[in-house]
Amino acid sequence: MEQKITIEPVTRVEGHGKVTIHIDDEGNISQSRLHIVEFRGFERFVQGRPYWEAPVLVQRLCGICPVSHHLAAAKALDVIVGAGTGDGLTPTGEKMRRLMHYGQIFQSHALHFFHLVSPDLLFGVDADPAIRNIIGVIKKHPDLAVQGVMMRKFGQEIIKATAGKKIHGTGAIPGGINKHLTQEEKDSFLNGPDPLNIDKMISWSVDAVNFLKAYHKENKEFIDGFAAFPSSHLSIVRKDGALDLYHGVLRAVDADGKKILHDVDYQDYLKYINEEVRNWSYMKFPYLLDRGKENGWYRVGPLARLNTCDFIPSPLAQKEFEEFKAYTNGKPNNMSMHMHWARLIEILHAAEMMKELLNDPDLMKGDLVVKGKKLSEGVGVIEAPRGTLFHHYAINENDQLTMANLIVSTTNNNEPMNVAVNLAAKQFMTGQKKITEGMMNAVEVAIRAYDPCLSCATHALGQMPLEIVLVDRANNIIDRKRT
Amino acid sequence: MSEYKILIYGYGNPGRQDDGLGNAFVEKIEAWVKEKNLKGFEFDSNYQLNIEDAAAVADKDLVIFADASTEKIERFILTPVDASTKVVFTTHAASPGYIIGLCKKIYNRTPPTYLLHIKGYEWEFKEGLTKKAKQNLEESLKAMKEKLLNPSELIDSFEDFDVTIE
Repeated sequence: MEQKITIEPVTRVEGHGKVTIHIDDEGNISQSRLHIVEFRGFERFVQGRPYWEAPVLVQRLCGICPVSHHLAAAKALDVIVGAGTGDGLTPTGEKMRRLMHYGQIFQSHALHFFHLVSPDLLFGVDADPAIRNIIGVIKKHPDLAVQGVMMRKFGQEIIKATAGKKIHGTGAIPGGINKHLTQEEKDSFLNGPDPLNIDKMISWSVDAVNFLKAYHKENKEFIDGFAAFPSSHLSIVRKDGALDLYHGVLRAVDADGKKILHDVDYQDYLKYINEEVRNWSYMKFPYLLDRGKENGWYRVGPLARLNTCDFIPSPLAQKEFEEFKAYTNGKPNNMSMHMHWARLIEILHAAEMMKELLNDPDLMKGDLVVKGKKLSEGVGVIEAPRGTLFHHYAINENDQLTMANLIVSTTNNNEPMNVAVNLAAKQFMTGQKKITEGMMNAVEVAIRAYDPCLSCATHALGQMPLEIVLVDRANNIIDRKRT
Repeated sequence: MSEYKILIYGYGNPGRQDDGLGNAFVEKIEAWVKEKNLKGFEFDSNYQLNIEDAAAVADKDLVIFADASTEKIERFILTPVDASTKVVFTTHAASPGYIIGLCKKIYNRTPPTYLLHIKGYEWEFKEGLTKKAKQNLEESLKAMKEKLLNPSELIDSFEDFDVTIE
């Protein structure tokens, strides 16, 4: 008799997700699915609004990473106001936006690693949840918890200085930015009292990479083998192949490293990417058109970015990148848990880039906005903390938005997360009659590697208990567990 | 007047109608504090609480979080935040209890902390509070202004604060 196990919702990720795992009579996993309830009303909501409102309006979409939506929308509107596609802004405009973006990457990655992932690594997937949490981490490694708090705080302050305010930031506007960095802000970030200065942030970032590498050395089997699977990888890269989280061309490689999307202009993304609808999920499944629905899916995010780029344009992160690449002999890294390694290398890169930008005089002077011949349509793409984020808008002759299409990072990772869940279920649940905390968490660890954000941005909408329901083929509940 | 260090922190998304009640509360109470020239107050407002807020509350004598509520309450309630309750940290955001718990563990401090829940009704992609939410906001402001004129009462009674104002 086939059984179905439901894990709902998934803890320590955003929004509401549900996992169902079907087990056949022999105890083998026959199918696993990650169901995500996604809000799709936003694209309709913006229609009819003046286009210049979009960078602020889109922050309503997500209270978790509003900066990514803010910048992706602004980039799309740069095209519409005739300011070009990323490299057409004034030096001040582009560099202030980059600083804002690196602040966002830095704080988001820090939260994910130090407070969401470190409990799994320090205590093990099957550890008692009473200790497998951040309070347990504080007891065992108080320094890690403090670093996580302070790195978040530093990134948030960078965002505030560049976006203007925490709620509905207005920094990025169509064609540029609306403020310079002040001398006081610059001095504070560069030379503030410990630990809130950039050199300490770089130093802690190096420590974090070393922590992960040391953990990896002692837990190779888990880190290399857990939910590992071959896949294609997609991201933007700088035109010369460098890692660039703010702007570039679209590149994808297959599991062996062969380029399957050749550095194309993202204004043409619809020529290369489509989204499939499946009747069991509200979230779409993007794929590369010329490889088809079956084989065209890809991963995005830190692991994908380090697989697509040729080098990292900051010295300390480049050194780590070389070690990362050497581990797979230069081939793409397809190990899901190496996402954490890649994420920490990106933290280091973001810290280095923030320091470089903070020392750049362009941030404190120069023209802020550029405009040119207006167009009726534009696409903005950015590498958000969780992966590639697409914003596409069209306007009418009255400057009203007539169309919006968003492909968010978590949607891009929809199929990979499903594959990861299936592998984790097979590894930990095959032949099992009872569901343990460790088994539940194994599935979550697989999802958590992708740091999905299923946010509806309205925290008041729900709490996040964890429930597992075991159902037989006749839909009888035969077991239920709730945390 | 007050020598206490007091943080009033509203959180929510003002782009989702009544979810912005906490933010609106902070905006209005800050204006009132300035008008009255009260000292020792700090204000903050964000989409949600997060771990760095543990550092922000660590040196305070009194913390008041303000949030929209979907609970079955009449208009608003003020409840003490207990750091000893089970830590719930299931998302990229954090609860007030989690923030105080984290503060206790990292900084060995648990400032008296309250959560002001203000009843909300609508949560769509719109700016602006509903009429009923605005009324609840005004009622909560009226009550909290009285409390904040004498903050020592909230600080001193925290340990045995078992009656919510409403």
